[in-house]
Amino acid sequence: MNEYITLSLILFTIGSVGVLVRRNAIVVFMCIELMLNATNLAFVSFSRQHGNLDGQVAAFFVMVVAAAEVVVGLSIIVSIYRTRRSASVDEASLLKS
Amino acid sequence: MTAFWVLAPIMVIAALGLVFARKAVHAALCLAVVMISLAVLYAAQGAPFLFAVQIIVYTGAIMMLFLFVLMLVGVESSESVKETIAGQRVAAAAIGLIFGITLVLAVGQTVSGAVTGLKAANGNGNVYGLSDLLFGKYVLAFEFTSALLITAALGAMVLAHKERLTPRHSQADIAARRMQEYAESGRHPGPLPTPGVFARHNAVDTPALLPDGSPLDSSISASLVARGQVRDGFDDDIHEIVEQLEGEGDDK
Repeated sequence: MNEYITLSLILFTIGSVGVLVRRNAIVVFMCIELMLNATNLAFVSFSRQHGNLDGQVAAFFVMVVAAAEVVVGLSIIVSIYRTRRSASVDEASLLKS
Repeated sequence: MTAFWVLAPIMVIAALGLVFARKAVHAALCLAVVMISLAVLYAAQGAPFLFAVQIIVYTGAIMMLFLFVLMLVGVESSESVKETIAGQRVAAAAIGLIFGITLVLAVGQTVSGAVTGLKAANGNGNVYGLSDLLFGKYVLAFEFTSALLITAALGAMVLAHKERLTPRHSQADIAARRMQEYAESGRHPGPLPTPGVFARHNAVDTPALLPDGSPLDSSISASLVARGQVRDGFDDDIHEIVEQLEGEGDDK
């Protein structure tokens, strides 16, 4: 098994544990970015494994989508912070009965 | 391969730092380390274009956006260590372990055979090969990304826009309110007192002393107080100085 793929799996797992454990919305978001980066590494490694550039194009599209996602996600966090004065994911529990 | 074995431990440690760091700024710096190391790994794997894009887009644009939002949302608010759901961390670690093992087993079965390498695909240069695919096979997806980016920019503008609900305070209003406060509660209308720089210590984290020797809390910047960085332990030094002065007086 490829070492690069193993590293990307480790990073993806660490990112997913971070999403489960952390409560600051921005840090949770950074963990999601870590997971996206790990998949990009897997794409590039598979591209080298198979000897064609389609994997690199896929990584490029992931980067474009991640840029769009970060912009919208961070503005949602900022608007939540404006109304509730907190960026903790535990605080946003208005719908809880 | 040297680059990989040097960078892989650094990346894993930085990723763990992202999970364990208590302050959000430290987590952001750990993430930046991971992203720059990833860029080097891309370059080592025959992807020079993605190396440049990773540095420019991820560490340049996305990390800066994260840091800007951290500044807006408040750096001083560090996360509490207390668990809100009992046993959440242990459960998350266990689930993460199981998830990692599943991933390794599943992906390990699909990855087989020798590494082909990108010598042939990068024959005309990496950027040429990528553009051939982007503007040929994937041109429709490429066009859709432009629509996605425009939608994201508009969405961010709508979400970040704030209507002004209360009238704007002019400088005259603020002065009038200060005088009103002075009339009602006797609060001093002038600027706040300066900290005890040079009188006691050479930094602004030292409160000024009142004539009776007690520290004046309002002379310290509020953000220093919020971060818990006010220097104390000076409370008795005024008495020491008084004793020294009295001792000298006795000598004479």
